[in-house]
Amino acid sequence: MLRKAFITMCVSLFCLITFSSSASEMVNVYSYRQPFLVEPLFEQFTKQSGVKVNVVFAKKGMAERLAREGKYSPADILLTTDISRLIELRDKDLVQPVNSSILSHAIPTQYQAQDNTWFALTTRVRNIYSAKRLGRIDLNYEDLADEKYKGRVCTRSGKHPYNVALVASMVSEHGEAYTLNWLKKVKKNLARKPQGSDRGQVQAIHQKLCDISLGNSYYFGKMLNDKKQKVWADEVYINFPNQNNRGAHINISGVAMAKYAPNAKNAQALMEFLVSKPAQELYAKTNMEYPVREDVAVSKLVASWGNYNVDDLALEEIAKHRKTALKLLDQAQFDL
Amino acid sequence: MIALYNNKRWKLSSYVIALVLILPMLVMLVGSVSASTKLFSHLWQTVLPSYLANTLLLAFWVVLLALFFGVLSASIITQTNIVFKQYLRWLLLLPLSMPAYLVAYLYTDLFDYAGPVQRILRSWFDWQTPNDYWFFDIRTLPGAALMLALVLFPYVYMLTRGALEHQDQNLFRASRLLGLTAKQSFFSVALPLARPAIAVSASLVLMETLADFATVQYFSVNTLTTAIYDTWLGYGDLAAANTLASILVLIILFVVLAEQRSRSGVTHQSARPSLKRELIQLSVGQQLLASLFCWSLVVSGFLLPIVLLIIMAVQYSDITQLSALILTGMNSLKISFFAATTAVFIALLLGLYQRLHTDKYRKIPLQVSGFGYAVPGTVLAMAMLSTLGPLDHWLNRAGELLGFSAPGLILSGSLFAIVFALVVRFSAIANGTITSGITQIPQSLDYAPASLGVNLLGSITKVHLPILTPTILMAWLLVFVEAMKELPAVLLLRPFNFETLSSQIYQLISNEMLEQGALGAILIVLFGLLPIVLLNKNKERV
Repeated sequence: MLRKAFITMCVSLFCLITFSSSASEMVNVYSYRQPFLVEPLFEQFTKQSGVKVNVVFAKKGMAERLAREGKYSPADILLTTDISRLIELRDKDLVQPVNSSILSHAIPTQYQAQDNTWFALTTRVRNIYSAKRLGRIDLNYEDLADEKYKGRVCTRSGKHPYNVALVASMVSEHGEAYTLNWLKKVKKNLARKPQGSDRGQVQAIHQKLCDISLGNSYYFGKMLNDKKQKVWADEVYINFPNQNNRGAHINISGVAMAKYAPNAKNAQALMEFLVSKPAQELYAKTNMEYPVREDVAVSKLVASWGNYNVDDLALEEIAKHRKTALKLLDQAQFDL
Repeated sequence: MIALYNNKRWKLSSYVIALVLILPMLVMLVGSVSASTKLFSHLWQTVLPSYLANTLLLAFWVVLLALFFGVLSASIITQTNIVFKQYLRWLLLLPLSMPAYLVAYLYTDLFDYAGPVQRILRSWFDWQTPNDYWFFDIRTLPGAALMLALVLFPYVYMLTRGALEHQDQNLFRASRLLGLTAKQSFFSVALPLARPAIAVSASLVLMETLADFATVQYFSVNTLTTAIYDTWLGYGDLAAANTLASILVLIILFVVLAEQRSRSGVTHQSARPSLKRELIQLSVGQQLLASLFCWSLVVSGFLLPIVLLIIMAVQYSDITQLSALILTGMNSLKISFFAATTAVFIALLLGLYQRLHTDKYRKIPLQVSGFGYAVPGTVLAMAMLSTLGPLDHWLNRAGELLGFSAPGLILSGSLFAIVFALVVRFSAIANGTITSGITQIPQSLDYAPASLGVNLLGSITKVHLPILTPTILMAWLLVFVEAMKELPAVLLLRPFNFETLSSQIYQLISNEMLEQGALGAILIVLFGLLPIVLLNKNKERV
């Protein structure tokens, strides 16, 4: 009996040791961003600092997991692709302020929290893609509800964070009643049920299933660089909406430090690295995003899409209307 | 059955293991009690009814299609003289190795407007736009149902074929003597006798359907699983999500119990298959139709998808992907290995407990421990975090009190969580396989060692385990393959720096870039083929 108990103990200890990783200098990242977007950056950081970066990639359930883990969470850094997530993390008291002059100087004030709890790394526009066969057209988000586009609009799920943020900005601009009505009309204009990814919508335009779609800016660059997807992208223009009024809706990808970060020093170093010029250049060059630093140029390809006006709605405002936006999407039965 | 032993330690561990395996679901049920009615009524007024309707419709169609494919093909194979029977017999099992989300993606690529099929049609008929002709839209509820049925029907085929092949031929002959034609006696004797097997397979298909997450998401068919996701991750309301999950699990439980009740007391399986079977002779036309049916199942469920994958792999893969593939492949192997080993160990423990012990309630641990199969991976992951999270906190606090440094999240933040989830989810498969193996051991072999004075342990290691070896291997492989394919639980519970084949393929699919994961996908399918080949060998020997 004793021998058995001993063996059981040894086995479980062995499991514990193999299952839990241990390294001297490291930083742990919970990332909403996809591996191929951020891995090159982390490699660069490790090369410079000698600090190992551990990552979990998951688009879903990260905040919930963090909340559940509480003060024993191994997470140091949280990378998100959407302002609402960042604000949610702060509102749930899952992050801590980072006082770094490097961060606050590199990032324009509208792209960082006043209480230093979150920082933007890149910005991205919610563009409207249109089929080249329509010729050059000038579009507002409001026009997606125009009857003349009946059966010609495509989009991914309305519940996707990128679309929810856009709807939240509509709520902030026009109020709930207008937005609900707008959603219902856009829904009527859809060529098909919301589905797939932003790239899938451009593919649908290429397939002539629809003429107009919503999509983030960097996907255009990504598609142009992909063997299979280039033909899709060649079929569309990328448009910056609402250029004659409030400007295009933008969102950010950002970073925050976890409240109980066990490697806070390394975490701050990584955050500062991510806004450094070389890292920002990498964001611009390989990810086709707009770097948050004003002194780093966008990639040549992105620059060729031209300048545009940005909706100067405060990012926090978008996050504030997130749940309302979700409810309106349900009410309009947008995804059904 | 007279049971033999009453080993207290074994009894205790059986009950404890069963409790541990059902614990996540209990936590989920308890968690649903505090759900806010406000969000719930909002959901009910807006989207929930149609999600619910979609769920039921999808389940209905998948089960119906799978039954049609499976029962018909099994009947053709066992009852007729169809040509190439020796090949079709096992080829029809192959679709089981395909994850449904993979097949869904491949077929969408094939049948989409820009896909090769429609392109060829357009060039033949000189159509210009989508308005010029009608073509079915695969990204719909019926499309999703068809995809799921194509990879799930082998369950029905396998079990129905087994039941038909092992039927007592005397009954059949009696019915023939009473004046029925071969066809009539098939429909009025053989098929009704196979009903228990058909029902079991239908409930397997049903559970797999309700647990599916990736296929319906890719086809944007909103089901209850979508609602659970939205509620938990969109509205951030775990309690309401728990309620929805509990509803889903209760639906499944209800169906399973109804199915069990409907055939309780019906035991007419017999083990006298020795008489030679009288086959229905097909005419040329019938031969053609039957062949067309069976071969199109094989082609669309397996051959075509695998060929498409191979083409993609050849076109897009390069050497640089290989090292990453090996790494993720190793991760998949690792968790599947641990999960399969644990599940089989538990199944043996509980199965032999039921067989050899005097406890009046000895069946309960076995039944209870298989319950997790009915719980979708998403829900299970959620339940797992709710269970292991507090446990981790408790451990850490205890550690701190005792003066150690806090060990961190050793349960919920490690591979333990994934392996645990996989074991909870797939224990039923191991249990079923092992129990059926145990039932085939003659009772006399339980008594023989006992009468010779050999103790319990000796009896098991010298008699039962050696006989069970092929069954154990089979159970292990079945769980192993299911674990390789499992997606949502793995996605939500991954620790740091951990990607598996399935999680990687899923990420690529959500960016319309499966091409780059084609090699990994082929790997999953190849592993999935192992148990099928083995299963077939075993059956052949019997």
